Amino acid sequence: MARTENDIAIVGFAQGDMVRRSQKTETEMMLPVVAEAIASVGLTKNDIGFTVSGSCDYLSGQAFSFVSNVDAYGAWPPINESHVEMDGAWALYEAFVRLMQGDIDTALAAGVGKNSNSDASTLYTIEMDPYYLTPLGADPWSLAALQARALLDSGKATERDFAEVVSRNRANAKSNPKAQLSGDFDIDELLAADYVRNPLRRHDLPPTTDGCAAIILARGKKAYDLCERPAWITGIDHRIEAHLPTMRADITRSVSTALAAAGAGVKNGPIDVAEIYAPFSFQELIIREALDLDASTEINPSGGALATNPVMVSGLIRMGEAANQIIKNGKRRTLAHATSGPCLQQNLVAVLEGDE
Amino acid sequence: MSHQPVAVVGIGQTHHKRLRADVSITGLVREAAQRALEDANMDWSDIDAVVLGKAPDLFEGVMKPEMFLADALGAVNKPMFRVHTAGSVGGSTGIVGSHLVGSGRHKRVLSIAFEKQSEGNAQFALGGGKGASIGAGGAFAPFIRAYIRRSGAPEDIGWQVAVKDRLNGAKNPYAHLKLADITIDKVKESPMMWDPLHFLESCPSSDGACAVIFTDEEGGKAASKPPAWVLATAMKSEPSTFAGRDPVSPAAAHDCSDEIYKAIGVTNPKEQIDCAELYVPFSWYEPMWLEAHDIAAPGDGWKMTANGDTALGGSFPINMSGGVLSSNPIGASGLLRFAEAALQVRGQAGEHQVGGAKLAIAQAYGANAQFFAMWAVGSSLNPLG
Repeated sequence: MARTENDIAIVGFAQGDMVRRSQKTETEMMLPVVAEAIASVGLTKNDIGFTVSGSCDYLSGQAFSFVSNVDAYGAWPPINESHVEMDGAWALYEAFVRLMQGDIDTALAAGVGKNSNSDASTLYTIEMDPYYLTPLGADPWSLAALQARALLDSGKATERDFAEVVSRNRANAKSNPKAQLSGDFDIDELLAADYVRNPLRRHDLPPTTDGCAAIILARGKKAYDLCERPAWITGIDHRIEAHLPTMRADITRSVSTALAAAGAGVKNGPIDVAEIYAPFSFQELIIREALDLDASTEINPSGGALATNPVMVSGLIRMGEAANQIIKNGKRRTLAHATSGPCLQQNLVAVLEGDE
Repeated sequence: MSHQPVAVVGIGQTHHKRLRADVSITGLVREAAQRALEDANMDWSDIDAVVLGKAPDLFEGVMKPEMFLADALGAVNKPMFRVHTAGSVGGSTGIVGSHLVGSGRHKRVLSIAFEKQSEGNAQFALGGGKGASIGAGGAFAPFIRAYIRRSGAPEDIGWQVAVKDRLNGAKNPYAHLKLADITIDKVKESPMMWDPLHFLESCPSSDGACAVIFTDEEGGKAASKPPAWVLATAMKSEPSTFAGRDPVSPAAAHDCSDEIYKAIGVTNPKEQIDCAELYVPFSWYEPMWLEAHDIAAPGDGWKMTANGDTALGGSFPINMSGGVLSSNPIGASGLLRFAEAALQVRGQAGEHQVGGAKLAIAQAYGANAQFFAMWAVGSSLNPLG
């Protein structure tokens, strides 16, 4: 299909080192990644029409933490810039909408997360409803375990299925130089491990990762100037559900993912590769059901979030990995998924296409 | 290309107070959103997407509060988006919401911004929970002293702004501070906070929320009350500090208004624009922004204040609502500016209405005077004729 000036593509992607603990600040982590992403498409910082990042004050432990991150852009002369307190995948969404205004033709979307500063099972209790859930100490591991138990009780999956997801993702991660955890894991050995939160074992949980990633978007003809085979974003949508898991009709289904997939036009053709952001192993099964993908779709060749999980970046990495399948591997149609919140509360789905 | 006209058809805000103990965070945001829906003659089901903005989560101690507010704001099964761009965030929240309509992605979008500062301690949070925060006044006072030295402005200019904005606030039923009996002497005699800023030249700390509903051209023309048309938007940022930067009159502030004026064909802002809501948390920022946005020549901003030009009945009214000096729920303060500009061109500003306002601008700024958001709104799509 002929592309028009209304079409927007991913043309460049860079990700920094993904490590258990970085000694760098968020700004220091961002600077080389932003520079690499811009240089990868042959541009300089002054060529970027709009810049937006996703990060979280509570992860860095500092109000207005993103303010100093502006230094990573070399924002002089002043730049068109914004910031979201969301995963970088939503920063990309804002950049996408901004490009649709039509006055600029390039944008940079970044995500950065310094997760090693905090203990997730303590910190994330304050992401919950402050009146009903935070006082209970409801942490994401416990809420995920409740969701996993519901999935087991539904008969749709077994603990062996959870371990199979882990084994496959970490085997895939062997070919990803950025992966934090990779290797061959025997399913029976995985199942012999103790529970962290019954029915979840340590391998069902994501690693703690510090990391940063950045994506360059371009509109219309500009995309071909910057990239031989742009990854056109032919559909992108995101939806949220009720926060309290008890307010959702069926916690084993992801209604918001299904709605976002419909909005993004997933069913308009076959998906060659899907990059799914499932922080907990069993959540990949829930997302795959909601996306209703064919058996032929390859899932998470990067190893996904079970291999590397820099919160605030993981969704953006899925976008970058799905784009690289088109840009570098010649794939025709790929999917990227991002999630946020307890028990998959909020989900984003994007469909990327290369030219025939 | 795909940019389409955007109309503001609903505006709502809370009664801002130091402590809104009568409502939860949920109740606070719903109060503003319900008023905006009533103003737009809409129901929750009419809204296609919600954009929420607020300043640091450390202010209330709730991480990413849009997550737990999703159901209260009618966003279940819809897109919900969270913006955070420091003090300019309220403005950015409006701009992002307007772009969702202007890009054709949605027909009706609710932008909502809030802060419930009584839940925490902003001064503590600004220091990252590590203490030793100099606060916003401490950060800006050196820039203000530099402005006074540079412009040769007399010392009473700040006091005059403090009085004028509070008298405007006394006319605004939603304002936190209603100091109808304020005088120059009272400002001057109030305690010195950060030289030259006295207590009464500083913004309050408020609980409050503001909501704005956007729709497309068709929706704007069909609205039951006159719409405000979003004519241009801009968001600009620069680094916190480096040797080539002028923090007294930041380049990003100039760039923001330059871009807006160019987009709508303004060549003489003082004559062509009817009024402005500018982010003035400390009195002296009124003359500083008048100059940074080319409403006054460099060094002359304070003369407009001294001449009474910026008063409600003056030739170029500034902060008709009472401004940040009268209400300051930080995350919402930017959207309150943007909303007041829209109320003015809709002719819906009540006792603080500027007669016949057709074109208004609103601005918000944040962090070390380095993040800027601005929009221009008009009573029609072509208010300059």
